[in-house]
Amino acid sequence: MALVLTEEQSMLRDSARGLISDKAPVSHLRHLRDSKDPTGFSKEFWHSFAEMGFAGLLVPEEFGGSGLGFVEAGVIMEEIGRTLMPSPFLATSVVAASALNRGGNAAQKAEFLPKISSGSLLATLAIDEGAKHRPLQTNLQAVRAGNGFKLSGAKALVVDGHVADLLIVAARTVGSPGEREGLTLFLVNPAAKGVAVERTIMVDAHNAARIEFANVEVDADSVLGEVDQGAGLLDGVLDIGRGAVASEMVGLSEEVFGRTVEYLKSRKQFGKLIGEFQALQHRAAELYVDIEITRAAVMKALQALDADIAKAASAVAVAKARAGTTATRAVQEGVQMHGGMGMTDQFDIGFFMKRARVCEELFGDANYHTEQLARARGY
Amino acid sequence: MTDTVAGDSEAADLETFRVETRAWLEANCPPEMRKPATSDADVFWGGRNAKFSSEPQRVWFERMRDKGWTVPDWPKEYGGGGLSAVEHKVLRAEMGRIGARPPLSSFGIWMLGPALLKYGNEAQKKEHLPKIAAGLIRWCQGYSEPNAGSDLASLQTRAESDGDDFVITGQKIWTSYANYADWIFCLVRTDPTAKKHDGISFILFDMASKGVTTKPILLISGYSPFCETFFDNVRVPKSQVVGTVNRGWDVAKYLLQHERAMISGMGERGVGRPLGQIAADSVGTDAAGRLDDAMLRGRIASFDVDEAALAACAERAVDLAKAGQAHPAFSSAMKYYGTELNKRRYEILMSAGGVDALEWESERSRQGARPRAWLRTKANSIEGGTSEVMLGIVAKRILDLPGA
Ligand SMILES: Cc1cc2nc3c(=O)[nH]c(=O)nc-3n(C[C@H](O)[C@H](O)[C@H](O)COP(=O)(O)OP(=O)(O)OC[C@H]3O[C@@H](n4cnc5c(N)ncnc54)[C@H](O)[C@@H]3O)c2cc1C
Ligand SMILES: Cc1cc2nc3c(=O)[nH]c(=O)nc-3n(C[C@H](O)[C@H](O)[C@H](O)COP(=O)(O)OP(=O)(O)OC[C@H]3O[C@@H](n4cnc5c(N)ncnc54)[C@H](O)[C@@H]3O)c2cc1C
Repeated sequence: MALVLTEEQSMLRDSARGLISDKAPVSHLRHLRDSKDPTGFSKEFWHSFAEMGFAGLLVPEEFGGSGLGFVEAGVIMEEIGRTLMPSPFLATSVVAASALNRGGNAAQKAEFLPKISSGSLLATLAIDEGAKHRPLQTNLQAVRAGNGFKLSGAKALVVDGHVADLLIVAARTVGSPGEREGLTLFLVNPAAKGVAVERTIMVDAHNAARIEFANVEVDADSVLGEVDQGAGLLDGVLDIGRGAVASEMVGLSEEVFGRTVEYLKSRKQFGKLIGEFQALQHRAAELYVDIEITRAAVMKALQALDADIAKAASAVAVAKARAGTTATRAVQEGVQMHGGMGMTDQFDIGFFMKRARVCEELFGDANYHTEQLARARGY
Repeated sequence: MTDTVAGDSEAADLETFRVETRAWLEANCPPEMRKPATSDADVFWGGRNAKFSSEPQRVWFERMRDKGWTVPDWPKEYGGGGLSAVEHKVLRAEMGRIGARPPLSSFGIWMLGPALLKYGNEAQKKEHLPKIAAGLIRWCQGYSEPNAGSDLASLQTRAESDGDDFVITGQKIWTSYANYADWIFCLVRTDPTAKKHDGISFILFDMASKGVTTKPILLISGYSPFCETFFDNVRVPKSQVVGTVNRGWDVAKYLLQHERAMISGMGERGVGRPLGQIAADSVGTDAAGRLDDAMLRGRIASFDVDEAALAACAERAVDLAKAGQAHPAFSSAMKYYGTELNKRRYEILMSAGGVDALEWESERSRQGARPRAWLRTKANSIEGGTSEVMLGIVAKRILDLPGA
């Protein structure tokens, strides 16, 4: 398959870009942050998103979705990255929709997927517990009780956790932290007794929560996939999330870079445009090359996910690792080359730096994914 | 969606091509040719005095030549395989799958051929392309001069008009394999009064011509792959100018795009086994099977990430070109990254090899293969345009940054 967008994918990009840049430029995020908006994203805009078929982009058509693939999801994520629009798209439409679609039984799919497609249900995966992304370290306990389970433990950085109507919780049913065996995913209603949600205001002004589970009772029907065997399902779902976040980081990197190059062409010092200084030219050129290479790696990963999720792990590790180092470099150079202006809150560049930092931690940073590649290659 | 049917049958044809190609390669590529060449002597360059270093090398070359697959995407009428871009991609992927090495290496294939296909007249194409495809003539590149390196357009080798001929006098330097080459593609100044880019012509001539001499230069690797090349009143028919007289810079630049694309491929040229495993041979592993040098392991893993990403980008560059969306200067971006990455590869190999990688002359070290290869890679970011020049091209031509 060619590593370029098809005509349909380019059209999807153009319509997403048109909509997002028009209705949710960076000032949209700034407004949500400064007004301390309790939702943290625009519900109205989310409905337009759903009407365009984006909310159910990955959901099969039989459940009211568009039945598109991960390359298309990446196209949307990239556009989101350009304006940093806070949106339920990642948590609900990419990660949760994939978990339900891949792991759900007929009843679960029929119940939740149509609501995701229509934009009426927000869902999210609750996975990380410690400071770093370590899925196998999951230690939230799920013990059998009566017909179901009781969940106890806590989750951090639950994206959109403060507004989600459905939590997909990774828990340990047997074994100890570090083991693949014994992980199980549960569908949990955040209104259930014992669930305590604390919205966390993050550096990037996007949406996340800490969630505590104190003897939360769920019945057996709420298991997503197989008991004790959730690691396989989780691997695939996380890789899908990683591909999506990597796409967001490509969009973000390119936007910061574009703004920076424009600045180099307009700011004068020493009687010259600063873009005339070779010290800056070469750094800009290196960054361009980095972004192009990362874009290709991310596209490769998304195509690999579309072809066979089970075989995409290495391509995804490469993509997320590259996206992390590239975005980090892009935002640092972005601030630096804007001089004092880059340091001001009034200027947008700082928003990109903050979001890049969060994206880097989401679903594993560059170190994590570089390590995964080393293990996969056996050294 | 009216073209779905056509699309499907195209896909089916391509799948048939893949299956047939795989079977043909399995049957025809000798096992010895399914690993990378270990030294320059192990590479087949063709030419009047060509010798095969082994029987499998001869067999592999001849079988590929007979299919036109030394130059798979050139038109059949010029000795090529006539493959479409997608078929060529399939062939490359299938060769890569079994580690098949190119049957013929040649400046004619990488550089002159594409330039002739675009700028040559019919007589020139008919004369030269089939001989390149069949490995009959070996070419060298006469671009650089002692005072014209990065600033190539300041070259001074003169070509004086004399009736139907040009008479060429001057000196080239760093001319790779000039002492083995049969013909040269050369940049000469045909109008010394014009602005520097406007008085250059691109001309072809036989290295056996009267007045051509070469003098090998020894490289830090201990090998001597290039020469100083001198022209003393070399007489060349004007019909051997490619493109228009005084417009040679266009041809030269176009050729450089291809040269750079070729050199960038070095960054993704696997050494066969993964670097991490090669390193394990000398560094050893801990109880968990991990390299017993955590810092080196990290460097290798980062390298592997970048190498895989570059391979994706190289693939995308071809696809973009096919879709007509490629920037003509993109090969400079790839050349920069690919060559810097290849230098990183060999720094890692030297670091992993430790003391074992230091021996220079012995059977055991295959005559110092690793340190010599390491030193040779240092030229990657110089030859074909330096890294700094590549970054300058990206800054100006792609990013459109101000200042000359
Ligand atoms: C937190 C903070 C506190 C400050 N406090 C003070 C203060 O108390 N008093 C005060 O007077 N100032 C202060 N400054 C201002 C500071 O000194 C300037 O921001 C700094 O000198 C850079 O100038 P500039 O912002 O105009 O950037 P510019 O000069 O416009 O630079 C933009 C970019 O171009 C690059 N560049 C510029 N010229 C060249 C060149 N010739 N070659 C290569 N690259 C070049 C720069 O390195 C930079 O990356 C402060 C700045 C900050 C961020
Ligand atoms: C192994 C090898 C094989 C070669 N084969 C051939 C061949 O077959 N035919 C042929 O014609 N040539 C060949 N070359 C020559 C090669 O193309 C030149 O070496 C190259 O173009 C650089 O020119 P130079 O050596 O004169 O370096 P210079 O141009 O003198 O450069 C010296 C340093 O200055 C830097 N520099 C120069 N200009 C700038 C600038 N504007 N901005 C920033 N930095 C700058 C360079 O990057 C470099 O680091 C070969 C070279 C090598 C090493």
